[in-house]
Amino acid sequence: MKPLLEVRDLVTGFGRVRVVDGVSFQVAAGETYALLGESGCGKSITALSLMRLLPDGGRVISGSVRLGETDVLALPERDMRRVRGGQMAMIFQEPMLALNPVIKVGEQIGEALALHQNLAGQAARDAARGLLDAVGVPDAVRRLDTYPFELSGGLRQRVMIAMALAGRPQLLIADEPTTALDVTIQAQVLDVLRRLKAEQRMGMLLITHDLGVVAENADRVGVMYAGELVEEGVRNAFFASPQHPYSRMLFEALPRPGDGGRLVTIPGQVPPLDGPMRGCRFAPRCPFAVARCRAESPGWQVIDDQRVRCHLAGTLPARSERELAAHSVKQAAPPLLQVDGLKVHFPIRRGLIQRTVGHVRAVDGVSLDIRAGRTLALVGESGCGKTTVGKALLRLIEPTAGRIVLGGETITAKNVPFLRRQAQMVFQDPFSSLNPRMRVADILLEGMDALGVGEAADRRDAVVQLLRQVGLPDDAGGRYPHAFSGGQRQRIAIARALAVSPRLVICDEPTSALDVSVQAQILNLLKDLQDSLGLAYLFITHNLAVVDYLAHEVAVMYLGRIVEHGAAADVLRAPRHPYTQALVSAVPHIKAQTGPGIIRLAGDQPSPLNPPDGCHFNPRCPHAMEVCRQTYPEQTELGGGHWVRCHWVAGQI
Amino acid sequence: MNSIQPVILWTDALIFALLLAVLVLVWLIRRQEHLLAPWRVVAQRPMAMGAALVLGAFVVIGLLDSLHYRAQLTDSPADAPQYSVEVLSVFDALTSELRSRQEKTYSAPLAMQLYAKEFVERDGATVRDYPRLQYGGAHLQRADERLSDITRRTLVGATQGGLASLLLFGLLAGWQVRRTRLAVGAWLAAWRQGSLNWPGRTVVLMVALLLMLGGALAQLASGYHVFGTDKVGQDVLYISLKSIRTGLVIGTLTTLVTLPLAIGFGITAGYFRGWVDDIIQYLYTVLNSIPGVLLIAAAVLIVQVYIESNPDIFDTAAARADIRLLALCLIMGVTSWTGLARLLRGESLKLRTLDYVEAARAFGVSNVRIISRHIFPNLFHLVLIAIVLDFSGLVLAEAVLSYIGVGVDPAMYSWGNMINGARLELAREPVVWWQLGAAFAFMFTLVLAANLFADGVRDAFDPRLGGRR
Repeated sequence: MKPLLEVRDLVTGFGRVRVVDGVSFQVAAGETYALLGESGCGKSITALSLMRLLPDGGRVISGSVRLGETDVLALPERDMRRVRGGQMAMIFQEPMLALNPVIKVGEQIGEALALHQNLAGQAARDAARGLLDAVGVPDAVRRLDTYPFELSGGLRQRVMIAMALAGRPQLLIADEPTTALDVTIQAQVLDVLRRLKAEQRMGMLLITHDLGVVAENADRVGVMYAGELVEEGVRNAFFASPQHPYSRMLFEALPRPGDGGRLVTIPGQVPPLDGPMRGCRFAPRCPFAVARCRAESPGWQVIDDQRVRCHLAGTLPARSERELAAHSVKQAAPPLLQVDGLKVHFPIRRGLIQRTVGHVRAVDGVSLDIRAGRTLALVGESGCGKTTVGKALLRLIEPTAGRIVLGGETITAKNVPFLRRQAQMVFQDPFSSLNPRMRVADILLEGMDALGVGEAADRRDAVVQLLRQVGLPDDAGGRYPHAFSGGQRQRIAIARALAVSPRLVICDEPTSALDVSVQAQILNLLKDLQDSLGLAYLFITHNLAVVDYLAHEVAVMYLGRIVEHGAAADVLRAPRHPYTQALVSAVPHIKAQTGPGIIRLAGDQPSPLNPPDGCHFNPRCPHAMEVCRQTYPEQTELGGGHWVRCHWVAGQI
Repeated sequence: MNSIQPVILWTDALIFALLLAVLVLVWLIRRQEHLLAPWRVVAQRPMAMGAALVLGAFVVIGLLDSLHYRAQLTDSPADAPQYSVEVLSVFDALTSELRSRQEKTYSAPLAMQLYAKEFVERDGATVRDYPRLQYGGAHLQRADERLSDITRRTLVGATQGGLASLLLFGLLAGWQVRRTRLAVGAWLAAWRQGSLNWPGRTVVLMVALLLMLGGALAQLASGYHVFGTDKVGQDVLYISLKSIRTGLVIGTLTTLVTLPLAIGFGITAGYFRGWVDDIIQYLYTVLNSIPGVLLIAAAVLIVQVYIESNPDIFDTAAARADIRLLALCLIMGVTSWTGLARLLRGESLKLRTLDYVEAARAFGVSNVRIISRHIFPNLFHLVLIAIVLDFSGLVLAEAVLSYIGVGVDPAMYSWGNMINGARLELAREPVVWWQLGAAFAFMFTLVLAANLFADGVRDAFDPRLGGRR
């Protein structure tokens, strides 16, 4: 069968830097081809080269792209416009940036319809409604007259998909289509994409860094590294036995459920593409590399359904499944942090005299406790108030009500300096959490100076000590943050938190901005620090795989309240609350799931400004009963510290 | 040799304080890699460097004109010296010929006759004709020698300038060859191809152009009034050159007044928000809604009254004019800080929510320290861009204000006053255009150079361009 899209030896460069270097692959109609790789390996530039939408300075240097019968790279720009949208369409990662905020959704879809199908007026409106129905937007007629900001992230991404479909493309390029979305929404969007592909027999090029997404959606997989395709194969073969050392290490770097052992990390970083390239590009980081790898660039080798560019293909030792190491179990210590009834309400002010007309109940009565040397993971989708809990604990946001006891002392506005010594925070984005105008040493000294930790003369030595502790070279202190990669910056941020020797560290999604291999390094580091310093972590995240690896206990938050709490193994293996069940089942898995399928949640999380009556979860709950709509459920103890707030569960016992 | 008494006017003191501040700033910037890097980008842009050279020439003249003194009177006794009431500057001393060669009234550029007819004695008879100038072209015997003399002087001056620039180029090449350890030929080839790491061709050509222009002007000025003379017979070239200082003072000192207000209020409003933000916003909204000209006119009048009621404080005319100039700078500064303050408020609003500020707050770092270490350094580039961009606007504003009579002292040399003086004569037949023309040419050159330089600075500091060309 003739492929729908055929890319041959594509080379794209910015000046002298070849960002995409000799990439060839094919996508057949009705097939999903996944391009997998870490950030900066050239995935997105490959996609933009196909669309001929390269940013300034970028240029396709050589190679050919054929879409059906057309040679895409040879078309004049005027004809290319018809191909874009008409024959290939693209959906982007951030739907808010890809939709025009001042034009109604219906008009934006109508614009694409007018261009590619010559529809106007009522016909276009009907067609737009049909498209919104097709991508599963509820209440499509009303949505046509809304602006993008009135829609939630998942709906926006669906509108984007509807727009892309308006030209009836043969090929859909999806560039990280769900990375910005929550897991339950991600599951919805991926469902839509899968269904559309099957219905319309489109080819799909799926660009992602998430192995789970690939496993559930792709038919064939191509792995990119440093601008080159290094491995390609049919999904099942690839997931059964990845051949390239890089692919293998990507798998091993992923935290696995129930595994307490160390994660495998890939040392070093992706090589800079502007330098001279000799030999295999992965050789400097490859544990199997031999002399030949450094001298000679490997060619393609075919192994059954797979192709791989590696000199050692087929000769690598068989992949040994590492034994699941049990989580280390510590003696129960007295609680370090006790939080009771924490509330954070943000007033909404309106009118001339700024009268308070209501409250956003971001955090509405959260109670939890953490023991020294243990990790509590606070899990929930974006907007559920988990970050606000973290900031309120540190009094970066003044809590409205609640009692915080830290190390036996009740925290009030008066003894905040004591709190600051005991608890510190590591932020999500290592790029915005370090002042670009300050040297690393000054960043680390700031906390010690402000809180008067240790003698002033000893602090310089302490900086070197801290840098070693987080695995950075001694001379790092003299440099500015921009000289470091994302993972190294996160190490600096961790060192900054440790500078005042706290006993509790609040980690706010510390790995969500990092690549898989770097994430493994940071998770290992956090675990080592916990073992050696006896730190307690409050780990705020939406990534359940990370929770599984690091946490001893889990608290699941929904709309400002904790709905389920218990030991990590209990909550993640045997979730009881319908929301937790949906959350756990929505995570894309690498291995084929046994047991019940994915539980699809309808709709989105409601606004904390106006939470639903009764149980907050009742509008989305598959088990909602009459009582759920009237009263908020009490805690139901399930034994072993595991409790849940749900009428349905309570009724079963 | 007469002794002199140095006079330090208020603006002189401030100018040199500013110069010192700039030098300190340069020293600080040189030590900070992240501040130095964008300036390196500026230094690599030919347009910016060419503009910087022109600006530099203006600044040198302005600085020379800011070293004031009073000469000792020739007939005063040595033990109790008395000094002239006239305050002169080093620049005046260097161009004493231009200053002292005063004609009776208007004369056209490079003319040898007055612009108005007078009764003159000729061959015993009294006739009404254009009289010969006292100084302009006085060395010529006949009128038809004038053109060739002008050509000769222009060529000689340009040649002198060219030779001087060749000499400078030789020195530069020698220094560069020793520093970079290249062969002379290799360096010259690199220079010609423009493959040095600084815009060598542009800088050398610009210096040569400036020197040749200066040489030709100097040659011509020694025999003629290059830009003619004004109503009282003063050399217009001299007036234009003296006006440079006024323009620079207005452009720089006003910024000096603006900056503390804009930075202080802008950051405070953006960082603290709440009622502080409300008060500051109301303040600048109110200030913005009063026409700036009204405020300026009122302030200048108050100063005028103050000067006249306290004649003993200001002993010379120069001191009186100077205090009025300073007052103008102050009031212009007070009315023009709002734009930058609004920009900095917005930027601070954004910066205060960033994680590194949150992290500092988690350590209990004081607000003052957060502002000085986290907020200010991260919006410093905006301040720099604003300074350079505002400069040209202020120079033009001075001209407009002086034109409507609320600007600098009428006795002060300024382009605004030149334009104001030329206004009435534009209706005259034949028209007196050279005052206006000269003011326009000088102002145009200064503002164009400042704008081109500002463009270069903005491009280098704009993070969105990422230092790309």
